[in-house]
Amino acid sequence: MDDGKISRRSLLGAAAALPVTAGLSSLVNSPGARAEESAAAGGSAAAGHGGHEGFVHAGFAAGRSVNHRANGFHPTEMLRDFDYGKTRRLASGRLLREWEIVAQDREIEVAPGVKYEAWTYNGRVPGPTLRAREGDKLRLRFVNGSDHPHTIHFHGIHTALMDGMPGIGENRGGGQIEPGEEFTYEFDAEPFGLHLYHCHTAPLATHIARGLYGAFIVDPKQGRPEADEMVMVLNGFDTNFDLGNEIYAVNTVGFHYVNEPIQVRRDELTRIYLVNALEFDPINSFHVHANFFQHYPTGTSLEPSEFTDTVVQGQGQRAVLEMKFPFDGDYMFHAHVSEFAELGWTGFFRVGDRAKLSSAAAAAAYCKLPWGGGSPA
Amino acid sequence: MEAGARAQWGGGAGDRLPAWALGLIPLALIVVAIGGFALLGGPGLGERSGPPVEEVSVERTVLRPGTIELTLRNDGPDPVEIAQVAINDAYAPFAAEDGREIGRLGSTVVEVTYPWVEGEAYEIFLVTSTGGTIDAEVPVAVESPEADVGFFGLMALLGIYVGVIPVSLGMLWLPFVRRIDPRWIRGLLAFTVGLLAFLGIDAALEGLEIAAEAPGAFGGAELVFAGGLAAYLALAGIDAHLSRRGERAAAAGGAGRGAYLALLVAIGIGLHNLGEGLAIGSAYATGALALGAFLVVGFAIHNTTEGLAIVAPLRGAGAGESARPGLGRLVGLGLLAGAPAVLGAWIGAAAFNPSLAALLFGVGVGAIARVIVQLAPAMRDGAGRTLHPDAVIGLLAGVAALYATGLLISV
Repeated sequence: MDDGKISRRSLLGAAAALPVTAGLSSLVNSPGARAEESAAAGGSAAAGHGGHEGFVHAGFAAGRSVNHRANGFHPTEMLRDFDYGKTRRLASGRLLREWEIVAQDREIEVAPGVKYEAWTYNGRVPGPTLRAREGDKLRLRFVNGSDHPHTIHFHGIHTALMDGMPGIGENRGGGQIEPGEEFTYEFDAEPFGLHLYHCHTAPLATHIARGLYGAFIVDPKQGRPEADEMVMVLNGFDTNFDLGNEIYAVNTVGFHYVNEPIQVRRDELTRIYLVNALEFDPINSFHVHANFFQHYPTGTSLEPSEFTDTVVQGQGQRAVLEMKFPFDGDYMFHAHVSEFAELGWTGFFRVGDRAKLSSAAAAAAYCKLPWGGGSPA
Repeated sequence: MEAGARAQWGGGAGDRLPAWALGLIPLALIVVAIGGFALLGGPGLGERSGPPVEEVSVERTVLRPGTIELTLRNDGPDPVEIAQVAINDAYAPFAAEDGREIGRLGSTVVEVTYPWVEGEAYEIFLVTSTGGTIDAEVPVAVESPEADVGFFGLMALLGIYVGVIPVSLGMLWLPFVRRIDPRWIRGLLAFTVGLLAFLGIDAALEGLEIAAEAPGAFGGAELVFAGGLAAYLALAGIDAHLSRRGERAAAAGGAGRGAYLALLVAIGIGLHNLGEGLAIGSAYATGALALGAFLVVGFAIHNTTEGLAIVAPLRGAGAGESARPGLGRLVGLGLLAGAPAVLGAWIGAAAFNPSLAALLFGVGVGAIARVIVQLAPAMRDGAGRTLHPDAVIGLLAGVAALYATGLLISV
């Protein structure tokens, strides 16, 4: 109502926008469905968020989940899926890591029932988590199988030709890679830290928002302390193309880790590689409940900069987080930008001891790093 | 040439077939052609280009403790599947009564679990399976009234306050109308016409505004015009049917014609008040209307002028003798003009539908237009002019009266 005034005209405006009828109500809730999952997970100590009626926290409608098989990737598996490439020892004694990355257009389901025409690296969003060790020689064959021109632009230290920048190096086969074309990027893994790679073709926001990004981890020579490691790429999807995201997520599927809490073991070191790949919103954040973590900005130092429970990241910003969970139970983590949290960027850690954690993914988490104790892959 | 053509046709099979068959054959061929085209999936047209067109309008919003219920209508050419619902930027659990997929022109009711708080505003977006969004809003959250006896009683009371009572009070000017000079009567009829013209324009604008919210597939603004045309023609038809009776009565003294015009004015005003009741009822049910005494008083004063408009024709213009209708007849006229506000309030509060409302507003406009056409001859002076000075003053006074009293209800 304009200025709180009531006129026939404005009455009718309201009437048209908000007509009313009588109807019957029936309660619907999604936490009910999670209560079952909770039970299925072996009776984790405190499934505090499950089993309540009504609106406990934001979430998707019950009775339907994302078809990960059709997507071709699973956020729970993606969490601990590190791609070390094919390795070969060079005559110089250095290790060469080789990858093949194919750009593909692909429809993916980003929330139950919501499809999105994504542009992907190797059919997944985010793209594969590329992992190398400081000083390795890296060779990436990029094949553009998409209908659109793309590049791979790595954060790191390298020559201009290897920068994946349209307009630079086309005469040498690089720069912008047209559909059906390919190019091989070659550079050294440096500096150590947590980096990002993404397409740099214009319009940039579109090429990134469509899904062309991934985490790029360069481990320090001496390695990091052994831990249960996971990658969280913070992203979002502008499903109606209005330059604002409708879905926010960690590793693409909104609320995925609410429905499938991340299983971690009590008192063990958990390391999170946190990458903000969100487009359109300048700020994203990560907050964990009932715990604090060591914060290593960009992962380029082995000394933490802060002991905190919330970090804020601008577009393209990264950080390594380390923490231990001292108590069993379910602990929420989410963007402290509450809007993002309630539009999909929320999850749970399920903390327990080995016997209580049932998922295969959790078991897989405890396989050793290739150079866990300092021994290279 | 004409004769040759006729001879040519005359020699064909047409002559041997009965007329009904000749009428039926093209129809059968049309059915076969369209059916075949549809069955073959539009041969030659190829795949449809572009993504599906998703147009969904929100027809009703109902708030109950802990839930917000949206009635959706698919207004576009393609089926639409509702995948998720977010309220104030938070996804919320929901259930769809008739399934999440809505066929063309189909509807479904989406019931969202959400702890809404009275007095707050809510922005809602529904995400379709293709990622498109449908926006809805709740400007002021207030629990929707249960459609029980008490509620209908309240709406009836409201309709009586703003419709029946003021119109009846306005009709108390009848004795005055009977006594005044015939010259004044023409002015008074002009006043009535001016008033009706203002109501007609008001109803047309309101109808078009509602139509803008209605699903386009059902016609939107066309419904207002269709309703107006239908009402005008229907009243003209009734008029032609009754005119013989009216003429007989007029021959008996001219008073019958006046009573007949009063009846028409009452019908026109009644249809207008139906729309007014509709607006008040739906606004009340959505909490957009503060039921203050001042508002009701404003509506009452506004509508009192409508009562005067009904009794004005009862003094047959130009005729020496005025009609002397019985009390029962007067009450009937008052109810005809005022009671539809009650009906409108019921419909508006309990089962509002923007398409229906647009149609009803159009009907009101058509009825009023017809009544104006009927009344206009009665304004003529001795020289046969319609827009003589008295009439012009009366017309302007009618418009001014409604405008001025209208201010009372826009405060």
